[in-house]
Amino acid sequence: MQKTIITVVGKDTVGIIAKICTYLAGNEINILDISQTIVDGYFNMMMITDTSASKKNMTDIRHEMHQIGAEIGVTIHVQHEDIFNKMHRI
Amino acid sequence: MITNLEVNETNKMIEHENLDVRTITLGISLLDCADGDLNETKRRVREKILKTSKNLVSAGREIEEEYGIPIVNKRISVTPISLVGGASCKTPEDFTELAETLDECAKIAGVNFIGGYSALVAKGMTAADELLIRSIPGALAATERVCSSVNVGSTKTGINMDAVRLMGNIVRETAEKTKDSDSLGCAKLVVFCNAPDDNPFMAGAFHGVTEGDAVINVGVSGPGVVKHALEACRGADFETLCETIKKTAFKITRVGQLVAQEASKRLNVPFGIVDLSLAPTPAVGDSVADILKEIGVEHPGAPGTTAALALLNDQVKKGGVMASSYVGGLSGAFIPVSEDQGMIEAVEAGALTLEKLEAMTCVCSVGLDMIAIPGDTSAATISGIIADEMAIGAVNQKTTAVRLIPAIGKSVGDSVEFGGLLGHAPILPVNTFSCENFVSRSGRIPAPIHSFKN
Repeated sequence: MQKTIITVVGKDTVGIIAKICTYLAGNEINILDISQTIVDGYFNMMMITDTSASKKNMTDIRHEMHQIGAEIGVTIHVQHEDIFNKMHRI
Repeated sequence: MITNLEVNETNKMIEHENLDVRTITLGISLLDCADGDLNETKRRVREKILKTSKNLVSAGREIEEEYGIPIVNKRISVTPISLVGGASCKTPEDFTELAETLDECAKIAGVNFIGGYSALVAKGMTAADELLIRSIPGALAATERVCSSVNVGSTKTGINMDAVRLMGNIVRETAEKTKDSDSLGCAKLVVFCNAPDDNPFMAGAFHGVTEGDAVINVGVSGPGVVKHALEACRGADFETLCETIKKTAFKITRVGQLVAQEASKRLNVPFGIVDLSLAPTPAVGDSVADILKEIGVEHPGAPGTTAALALLNDQVKKGGVMASSYVGGLSGAFIPVSEDQGMIEAVEAGALTLEKLEAMTCVCSVGLDMIAIPGDTSAATISGIIADEMAIGAVNQKTTAVRLIPAIGKSVGDSVEFGGLLGHAPILPVNTFSCENFVSRSGRIPAPIHSFKN
């Protein structure tokens, strides 16, 4: 399993989750966990996903997600889980 | 499972507080490239550097992409060139040719600096060491990316005052030769005491002779992250302050450790050390001076600054040491003037003097760094400043360094502009009383008594 963290931040609008999930499903990326809040009209979501079955590499996924983010006006980050594990777990 | 808060904290550090990995430095041994013929030496040096560093920049980019952490610089350090060129270089011009080969390799490899145009002369100088030192002004003027360092003293050997005297002249000559670019050559020249073999930071990086064939050393950064964390404990007691710095240093260093291990794996080169330094840049919010202000001094240089810096340096090490299995290099807080917006402001406000900076170097990890001084400062005075700084290092068993920029044609009130990471600096006044009779004595200052530990 290769856990990848996807974070989405930006102004709330209709269909953010739908658009992102469609992309993930189309690229065989499994969603393991989602948490999402809206504060003062700002959308904030974190997903933990498994990218091990995907045919695309991290660089491609990252760039395509950035494009999707640009289309719907939100910022999307795609990062390997280890940077968070290293920093926040001993 | 990682939580939303933790992810947001990390990403906020990267996006808003300038958290980055300052450098991945690939150390390459050139000891096996030495030959009696200069052209053959150059060929071997070129071949070895290009072969070893082939994937350095692309591996760095991959790691940046995958983890979403910026890696600002990819660099190379090599064996001190006085050792590599000793057999084939008979004149300073021969050594300059080797410097040009290094410069060319740096450009092909895509790294912004290559360090190791160096000589280790803490006790004495070989003929080759002296030739290399004499070639430094020409070599730094003829190249763009080569960095030079000379180790002139150590706790174990004392201070080589012949080398100190020579370096006063070399710093001045380097300034003269590069005066059209605000004496930029001097920004790439460091004089050390107790120089570490595994320092990944420029301009003082070289690949020590005790190292293996190739090694990956990583320098972390993140003064902005520490500053931001301290904003939350204004008015709190020292225990809270220290705990906050320690925890933040731990987090920053863990990122460095991760990047170092990944780079080592991808390049198939052993991991050496993580250097736990807080390295500022001229960017707003990336300043060690701002941390000192947050701790409680109005400007660096105010009374209390040395104590605040000592505390900061110690807590960074305490937090960082637990985060990495191998810690080395310079490790501590850097206090360059031109590379730190807060330090520049302190000088402009009249709060920070050369003498106070010297006191601060007793408790931090480097020395008098990136300080512009009047262009008419004599070589003897520069040697005197170097000797003072070397004495602090030798007696306190720590690394100290001097990177002074005599700004030719400029005086107090003017400033120099280097651009990029090197920043700009107002010219600091220097004590004008003479030390000529002191530095003109030949020989060396003996090792301090507490170095005899056998």
